[in-house]
This record gives sequence, C-alpha cells and structure tokens, in this order.
Amino acid sequence: MSQLTPNNTPDTPALSCRNISKSYGKVKALHDITFDVQQGEIFGVIGPDGAGKSTLFRILATLLLPDAGEATVEGFDVVKDYKKIRKIVGYMPGRFSLYQDLTVEENLRIFATLFNTTIEENYHLVKDIYSQIEPFKTRRAGALSGGMKQKLALSCALIHKPSILFLDEPTTGIDPVSRKELWEMLRNLKSQGITIIVSTPYMDEASLCDRIALIQNGSFLRIDTPDNIVKSFGKGLISVKGENMGELLKRLREIPGVISCFAFGDSHHVTAENSSNQLNSLTADTLAENLKKQGYTNLEVKNIEPGIEDCFMELTAK
Amino acid sequence: MKVIEVENLTKRFGSFTAVDNISFSVEKGEIFGFLGANGAGKTTAMRMLCGLLVPTSGKGVVAGYDIQHQSEKVKASIGYMSQKFALYEDLKVWENIRLYAGIYGVPEKETKERTDMLLAELGFEKEKESLVKSLPLGWRQKLAFSVSIFHNPEIVFLDEPTGGVDPVTRRQFWEMIYKASERGITVFVTTHYMDEAEYCNRVSIMVDGRIDALDSPSALRREFAAASMDEVFRHLARKSKNNGL
Repeated sequence: MSQLTPNNTPDTPALSCRNISKSYGKVKALHDITFDVQQGEIFGVIGPDGAGKSTLFRILATLLLPDAGEATVEGFDVVKDYKKIRKIVGYMPGRFSLYQDLTVEENLRIFATLFNTTIEENYHLVKDIYSQIEPFKTRRAGALSGGMKQKLALSCALIHKPSILFLDEPTTGIDPVSRKELWEMLRNLKSQGITIIVSTPYMDEASLCDRIALIQNGSFLRIDTPDNIVKSFGKGLISVKGENMGELLKRLREIPGVISCFAFGDSHHVTAENSSNQLNSLTADTLAENLKKQGYTNLEVKNIEPGIEDCFMELTAK
Repeated sequence: MKVIEVENLTKRFGSFTAVDNISFSVEKGEIFGFLGANGAGKTTAMRMLCGLLVPTSGKGVVAGYDIQHQSEKVKASIGYMSQKFALYEDLKVWENIRLYAGIYGVPEKETKERTDMLLAELGFEKEKESLVKSLPLGWRQKLAFSVSIFHNPEIVFLDEPTGGVDPVTRRQFWEMIYKASERGITVFVTTHYMDEAEYCNRVSIMVDGRIDALDSPSALRREFAAASMDEVFRHLARKSKNNGL
C-alpha cells in the first residue's frame, strides 16, 4: 500500500501498542495501554477531555516519546523508525494547526510539497473532501468556519497518500450536521483501504467505528466492537418518561434496586439490579408499579437496550 | 416576567449579515437553549445580548437594560461562562472565586462566608488551595458555573459549557443548571449535544443568522415529526445556504 516496504506481512496489524505509559511530572497521562488495530479498520478512542487521547495520538504519530512500552505503526517502531513512520502516516491534531495566513490552496500545496508530491498527483485521494472547499481556495485558512477548517485539515493529512490516518478529535466543536458529513468521509476513506484511528468525546460516534476503546484517566476501560460492549452491559436498563422530569429524577434515585439514574435527552435512564436472585431486582413493570403507588401518572416506563454512553457511565462508576 | 426581549436585532459585518432580524423573548427562570450550526450567528447574537457588541439595528433589553445604551448595566446583571474561557488556571480555587466576586461587587465578608459553603456544596473542600489548572476539566466547569452565578445575576449565559466533559459530569452540570433555574436565575445556553437540547424549557434554532424554529423540545419534535432533537436540528440545518461552510 505504501511506497516503502515496511517489515510486515498482510497479517501484521496496522498498529500495535504494548504497555505504553506516559507521565507529565506527577500526572499519569497514560497507563499501560495495549491494543492492536487491523489493516483497514476504523478504530475509535472514545473518552472525555483529559483522558489521555491526545497523548496517545502524539506517541503513535512519533511526536512524543513514551516513558515505557513499545508501539509499531505498519511494523515500524515509533521510537527507532520515526522517520519512516512520518512518511506513511497522516496526522490531524486536535487543535487547528494549518497556516492561518495562507490560503486554502497554499496550505494543501505546502503539505504536498513537504512530502515530495503534488496536489495534481494525488488529487483523486482528496477529491471528495477538497472539492467541497475548492470554491473557496483563495480564502485565508484562518477565515474558514469550523466545518471547513476540518475539511481542509483532513485534505492536508491525506495529500501524501498515507496508509494510516490519525485523527485527534476531528469533530470537536463541530455542529451535528458537519459531524455527520465528516464521518461519511471517513467511511469513504476506509473503503479505499486506509486504516483510521480517530478519537472523539462524543459517545454517539462509537457506533460508526469498527472497534472502539473507551478511555478514562489514562487507562482503557474496554476494547471491543460497539455491539459487544453494549452486550456486556450486564445490568437492567429502564427508560422513564413523564412530566416534571427534575422531580422524577430525585424520586427514581431513592427507589431500592436503582443503581443509578441519569437524564438522557427526553427520558431518564435507570440502571437497575436485574438478576433474579437479588431481592431488590427491578424490571420496567415493577418500577412502573412502584411509581404508580407514589402517585405518578402518565408515565412511559420500558426496558431498553443500552447505548455506548450508558456503558461508559456504568464502567466509570466502578 | 420577561428578562430578555429582542426585537428585529441585526448585525452586519461589511456585506455579511451575521444576525438577520431576530426577535424573541425569554421568561424569568427559564432554561433557554440557543442552538445552531457553526457559523449560524449564535456567538454574534450572544455577544450583543451581553453588551459586548453594538447591534447594526434593532433592539434588545436584557435584565431591564438596553443592550446598546446601557451595556455596562447589562454586564453587571449577567453571568457568563464558556468552554474556552472560564477561570484563571494559575490562580487557586478560592482566588478565582474572590476575583470574580470582587469584579461583580460582592462584599468581601459575604464572599468569605459563601466560599466555604459553595465548596462544600460542590464537594471541593479539599481543593480550596489547589490551582485551577490541576483540576479535571469537569470539575473546572462545575466550579466555573458556580462562580458565574456567585453574584446572583438575573441571567447566566453559558457558551458550550459542557464541551468535552465526561458523560456523568455533564449530567451533574445540568442538575446544577436546574438548581440555578429553581432559584430564579434565567439560563441562556448553547450546546452541540442534542440530548442537552431536551433539558431546556424552550430552544431556538438559528440558520444563516435567522431564528428558524423556537418552541419547547417536545413541540418541535411534533412539528417536524422527528423522533429526537438531533433530527429536528439536522432537518433545519440542511436548509442552510452556507451548508458546510
């Protein structure tokens, strides 16, 4: 796939990370991170700000040295072979880092030139994305809106035909419509065989990845497909909808068998004991009955499947 | 009682109309969600309401004061926090509270008394002497919100207060918003999380500088035959002439 000959076979993971740790002074930014990413996968690193996502991406993109552990990208070691890795990866940092005073086209040309290629030679790779901002190619990059900046940054990360892409929070601060468009672009890039490692604080983007790692406080909580993570929730989840939701939230938290209760958009999600040998085990029916006895009417109470956000909250509650 | 009243408010930058003739009002104690795509004009509108930017035309009254001619009085009556800037990272927790309380004219004795109460309420007693930069983001945002309403403003403006915050803390943050609203503080909030739009009493959605929809989340879902606010938002934002800009 790349012009170089990495020391790997088709079965070699695109990325392999073993026991990577990194501290800044007393702060442990990453703790014993181990995972592989297969060729052509979209792998999501999902967690809030400060969880360690950017530190991990900088280490994998050879911009930061780990304190311990090893990692390879396309078979190359991130410490010893950093020069080789830099030629085959595309990296889009979390903070917009293009040249604000150069035009859209000048930015793309600089990146092409730095990697010994031209816009024309690899235009087919960026066409889908770049054509959307090409009408504004004479505009200064600093004057672009959030969604457009991300499209330009992605074009610049792609113009040298990388085999693996590191995208650090490409959708942060972007509205829901632009977010959706960006993910459509990533699916397209995947279909061209590019491996994509992407981080995001938005839990709802998990389902768009082939596999995900949930990260909090520098550690991976779980690595799996979104489906398997949802299946391993292991508790009952009940959705409750009604009037006076603020009051209802407090009441729900007082009911025996309720492990936690949080607002989720227009309903509350109740995590409940559901094993039959538990005395205070709750189902939608028994919970509805309990609330009815307390005088609640017009309630919609039902058992639901958890989403990734429910799983993340359950995993971090431990 | 209306605490925000806006009539035909417009802001042009050269030939570009950022805010295009918007009119709406917000009731006391209401949680008002101010939504829109990137570049729809939210920040410009919010800056005018905070008395930081002079409108090209139209009128706005915030907390009883004219935003154009009484902007200093507006500023003294409101609180503000954003995702990007909230607290001074190199100051300690209590120093930040003291600084903001001082700026807004809270008597020093009262500040001292209420600082410990506030920290106890947040469960931050042990962090009183910590530098803000050493706190996790979620804690910082919770503290910033408390600081922004420390002087009991009529209205608090929150610009994407929960961006990047973990899911549990994000919800705790909204429970703080509810409490503030119960105390009678009006909350004017922007967010990119569409589940948070559901927590507002009413939401407006801006498209290309105009307010294209304004109602309670449930009424908007009904109006657009949508299952979620996310769908309502996407439906409206796709109409934008500047789509993707």
